[in-house]
Amino acid sequence: MNNMLVIIKKELARFFGDKRLVFTTAIMPGLLIFLMYTLMGEGLMREFTTEEDYIAKAYVRNMPAELESSLKELPVEWEIWDGGNPASDQVLQEIAEGERDGLLVFPDRFMQDMLAYEAGQGEAPNVEIYYNSEESNSGAFRSAAVRFLDQLEESVANKFDINRGEGSLGDYDRVSEQSVMGQLLAGLLPMLIMTFIFSGCTAVAPESIAGEKERGTIATLLVTPMKRSALALGKIVSLSVIALLAGLSSFLGTILSLPKLMTDEVDFGAASYTALDYGLLFAVILSTVLVTVAVISLISAGAKSVKEASTAIAPFLSVIVIVSLLPLFHLGGGGKVADLIPLYNSVMTMNGIFSFESSVSDVVITVLVNFAAAGILGGILTKMFSSEKVMFNR
Amino acid sequence: MEELIQVKELCKTFKLSAKQQKLEKTKEKTKVAVDGLSFTAYKGEVFGLLGPNGAGKTTTLRMLATLIRPDSGDALLDGVSVTKDPETVRSRIGFLTSELKLEDFFSPNYLFQFFASLYGVPQDKALARREELFSRFGIDRFAEVKVGDLSTGMKQKVSLVISLVHDPDIIIFDEPTNGLDVLTAKVVTDFLLDLRAQGKTILLSTHIFSLIEKICDRVGIMISGKMAVCDTLEKICGGKSLEDRFFEVYREKAGDLE
Ligand SMILES: Nc1ncnc2c1ncn2[C@@H]1O[C@H](COP(=O)(O)OP(=O)(O)OP(=O)(O)O)[C@@H](O)[C@H]1O
Ligand SMILES: [Mg+2]
Repeated sequence: MNNMLVIIKKELARFFGDKRLVFTTAIMPGLLIFLMYTLMGEGLMREFTTEEDYIAKAYVRNMPAELESSLKELPVEWEIWDGGNPASDQVLQEIAEGERDGLLVFPDRFMQDMLAYEAGQGEAPNVEIYYNSEESNSGAFRSAAVRFLDQLEESVANKFDINRGEGSLGDYDRVSEQSVMGQLLAGLLPMLIMTFIFSGCTAVAPESIAGEKERGTIATLLVTPMKRSALALGKIVSLSVIALLAGLSSFLGTILSLPKLMTDEVDFGAASYTALDYGLLFAVILSTVLVTVAVISLISAGAKSVKEASTAIAPFLSVIVIVSLLPLFHLGGGGKVADLIPLYNSVMTMNGIFSFESSVSDVVITVLVNFAAAGILGGILTKMFSSEKVMFNR
Repeated sequence: MEELIQVKELCKTFKLSAKQQKLEKTKEKTKVAVDGLSFTAYKGEVFGLLGPNGAGKTTTLRMLATLIRPDSGDALLDGVSVTKDPETVRSRIGFLTSELKLEDFFSPNYLFQFFASLYGVPQDKALARREELFSRFGIDRFAEVKVGDLSTGMKQKVSLVISLVHDPDIIIFDEPTNGLDVLTAKVVTDFLLDLRAQGKTILLSTHIFSLIEKICDRVGIMISGKMAVCDTLEKICGGKSLEDRFFEVYREKAGDLE
């Protein structure tokens, strides 16, 4: 027990004493994910939107005096154009080249004709909006103009409303916000979390076990009277702490950038999860990290070098990814049997937590099973540390 | 005289992989590294295992240090069996070979403290011992330098000092002066003589005759995993130089083997 703490202390001192290691394993992954997703999200948005405070520059012909004040409230700098209709090539050229964002053409005597018009009798007065769909600013100008005109049309001939006050007053959409968000997150997040845990573990475990073996430093530990089990458990616990940090960093990077990636359309529903959900999630993640670290430690202990260990670990990643993807395709059931298979139970239980369908008993079983699995793997690792074939094979 | 190291009929056979078979240029699937080896080292003496490359010296010392298990036979160190109670054996001996490396990342200070904890040395004793050993080997000036940045000789000295954190009564060294320059080698051999003066029992292996002549009380000449001769230095040499005697013994035994 005492020696196990000594080993843990040393492993943590090794990790935290190395600024570069801390940066590359615990900070960089999260930072990279955050930057990547944020840039991706912003790139997407820039495609479809304009900067918030952009003032469009547009021409207007025949601006009705009644509408002048409300038109001037739009984020548009109007310039009166009093050429004839159709618009001259000169103006259309400017719009095509992006120098102007558009042209709004009211017909002559628009207000009178419009107010006098009866539905279904002859042609209604036509307002024309020239724009350039390739320029997002021009597109924004068009939407603003259309919205303005729609409102005008509605206010002139309002016969009935649909869902009046939606958004601000009533909530007509009865789908629960939880289940929409939950389904999306429930499918994706377990896989993300599993891969983050995995990458956190592979960042440190092969180096700490296969690396020490390769460099001959673990042999120095083996000539001390320390119990092999203390070494095995000390390694597993300390590596789990570090892997948890690395995984957490990636996790935060994702969570913080998700809202940007999803734009405003999707309201990130993290707020709908309760403290209990988070607590259960943490317990599952913790137990998953222990199992993953133990598996990777075993593989590393069997390998002769860090390189060999990394190669041997690759298939394990495939297994994890495949298992994690099952819920996304609604494959693989939950239930008591699933709870008994380490790692698979993590995926299913996390899926349950994110889709608000978890039961505390599932989580408890999952965590216990994973702890037991980690314990058994720790026992095997102890055996490997005691085996001269494993530790001193040439 | 107290028999501090008793080696009885030790045997060790390695399975050879295909790769090793090629390296050793043999078709045999196994290699008998140590073959019924017995000898005794007494308290307070320096015992030297002398032998050519591949004689089985390192394998023997590793079995005594409990890093590998003998196939048969046993050894008692201070009365404790390497096969039955390896943990106690490890707490009683200091074992050093060039294969045991220290982590480059840490400083001698940190590592000394770390290994002192693993050996269960009380804090105040550890500090006093560090003080003494570091100044003796000139490590004190480098006490906070990462091991990775030390010279080969300084690294060896740190390894040596750390293998003795717990002040063991039995010290087992595989090739103690390998890779050291004459100055550093002398520091090490002088230190071994000091340890003997303190009543420690030292078992070392080497293929360097002069080292044996300088510090060993008794010698065992190992050839092909077997003990060819084992006696005090004077009796083995019988007036001749150790080198001449070694070749005589070797011719006899190698002749036997053919
Ligand atoms: N782990 C192993 N697997 C296979 N063969 C081994 C192993 N360890 C040692 N041997 C073989 O056993 C024999 C004895 O090796 P050992 O290292 O004990 O010799 P040595 O006397 O220390 O030699 P040297 O002076 O070169 O250090 C050699 O032939 C060696 O190749
Ligand atoms: Mg050797």
